[in-house]
Amino acid sequence: MTTANALPMGLATREAYGQALLEVGTANRNVIVIDADLAKSTFSWTFGKVFPERFFNIGIQEANMVGIASGLASSGKIPFISSFAAFILCKGFDQLRMGAAYPKLNVKVAGSHGGISIGEDGVSQQSVEDVALACALPGFVVCIPSDEHTMRAAVRAAAEHDGPVYLRLGRPKTQIVHEAGVHFEFGHSIEVRDGHSLTIVANGLLVAQALLAADTLARKGIEARVIDMHTVKPLDTAALERASHETGAFVVAEEHMHHGGLGSAVAQALVAGTPAPVEYVNLGDRYAESGKPDDLLDKYGMRAKNIVSAAERVLARK
Amino acid sequence: MVAATPTVSAAELANIARTLRSHVVRMIAAAKSGHPGGSLSAIEIITALYFGRVLRHDPKNPAWPDRDRFILSKGHGVPALYAALAESGYFPVTELMTLRQVSSRMQGHPVQGLTPGIEASTGSLGQGLSVGVGHALAARLDGKSFRTYVLLGDGECQEGQVWEAAMTAGNYELGSLTAIVDSNRYQLDGAVEDINSLVPLDAKFESFGWRVIDVDGHDVGAVRVALHQARESHDVPVCIIAHTTKGKGVTFMENNNEFHGKSPSADQLQVALSQLAE
Repeated sequence: MTTANALPMGLATREAYGQALLEVGTANRNVIVIDADLAKSTFSWTFGKVFPERFFNIGIQEANMVGIASGLASSGKIPFISSFAAFILCKGFDQLRMGAAYPKLNVKVAGSHGGISIGEDGVSQQSVEDVALACALPGFVVCIPSDEHTMRAAVRAAAEHDGPVYLRLGRPKTQIVHEAGVHFEFGHSIEVRDGHSLTIVANGLLVAQALLAADTLARKGIEARVIDMHTVKPLDTAALERASHETGAFVVAEEHMHHGGLGSAVAQALVAGTPAPVEYVNLGDRYAESGKPDDLLDKYGMRAKNIVSAAERVLARK
Repeated sequence: MVAATPTVSAAELANIARTLRSHVVRMIAAAKSGHPGGSLSAIEIITALYFGRVLRHDPKNPAWPDRDRFILSKGHGVPALYAALAESGYFPVTELMTLRQVSSRMQGHPVQGLTPGIEASTGSLGQGLSVGVGHALAARLDGKSFRTYVLLGDGECQEGQVWEAAMTAGNYELGSLTAIVDSNRYQLDGAVEDINSLVPLDAKFESFGWRVIDVDGHDVGAVRVALHQARESHDVPVCIIAHTTKGKGVTFMENNNEFHGKSPSADQLQVALSQLAE
């Protein structure tokens, strides 16, 4: 059983992204990396300094970057494009729609500094709606890895996958949730802790918080199952159906606004299958503010203690 | 089908242009919707590209990796492109008359992956030049000699993304990239000059590192010459500013912005076809 207290601190998922780009780019010379003047922040520079001929820092032009990726993919390349999640999804959305989703092109989109845990820079840089936007692009795979191991695996999977992919990367260093060789496939969730009282479905930073919450709940005699639902689309509905039968209650925890993210996807799936009560741990219908990442996650209610409260609420409804 | 002979004359190209115009007005009349004005203004440009031995392409093998790319960034002009693709042999000419009907490959705006010969899904203006930059970069990375052509509207050049792409192409000295601006001087709501003027468009492109060629966009021989000059450019991207007339070839549509996005009636179609037959 995985317990949160034993979780070591690992790399930020953005740093793992850069390492994995180098790996897939070494294996496949069709991998092209583009950044829009945030290459040192997104760690795409890890690739760029080794493969300068296949790396383009095109400047502060997110929409143009997506369009260029569309052309590269149409000519047989596998472009990975990165910027802050807030910029690449919001400023590049129409281009992603026309140039990646609609023609089903092999464009890989990395949105870094996802969620509010970017911290001090404040709302303009905090991406709280990127998952909703990415899920609204037909045919996109939408993936929010929880640690460095699953981020590396997700980059490998993205390079292999034939079609558009959105990966959300995080700024802060992130606890290691999974084994280095964990089996990873888009659309197949990873159960990180078994339990039969309720199921906590989480992704990104909230998986470690879910494990911490499960420890607290266990001390109260509540056995929580924890699922790392790294892929929001396509969603692992089989795991949810099983969990609904076996646990009968859910908490969905994510670093995103209330609408259109993992919570919406899980609720939609449960209602179509075996309905069960659901409580949510997320930002709600609002923006956050500047502050230290941990202070923000505390203030805006995306911590283990919030998951524990939500678990108690949902068990009362079971 | 119109055959592109090695020695196709300007007069022959003008005849092909007339055929394409007839297709355009027939298609749009049958669909009872579409954009005749901006389709007709682009006819000589598209004629020169497809029938003036400019584009290297193979209608029987639309995915040929070494083909030249043509991206219609002003996607609303697609009836003109469908007509050229059909006459080139990409699909039957009869299919043109299914324009804008359900289940047709002749969608209202271009759809990549659906219609043979269509290189990019466009219709949301401002995006095609970026896609062209991507193709040109791919050619450079792979050491291939294919060239990339992007047709923009002049009104479309109000979109900021056009200038992001122009800046990138200039700085990267993408000599295999050619932009053609169908400068018909009108956009949906009126004259480009009145709404948000682009003047001086040539100096704008030049300041972004492009070579600019001005041409009468309805002199098909001159357009062909300009496109062949662009082919010989390898150091910097070339922008051909083609001065055109919206609705060209049908008198009641020429410079009549009512026909930006309106189909001709049955009677108007007959008048248009008779004018185009002369």
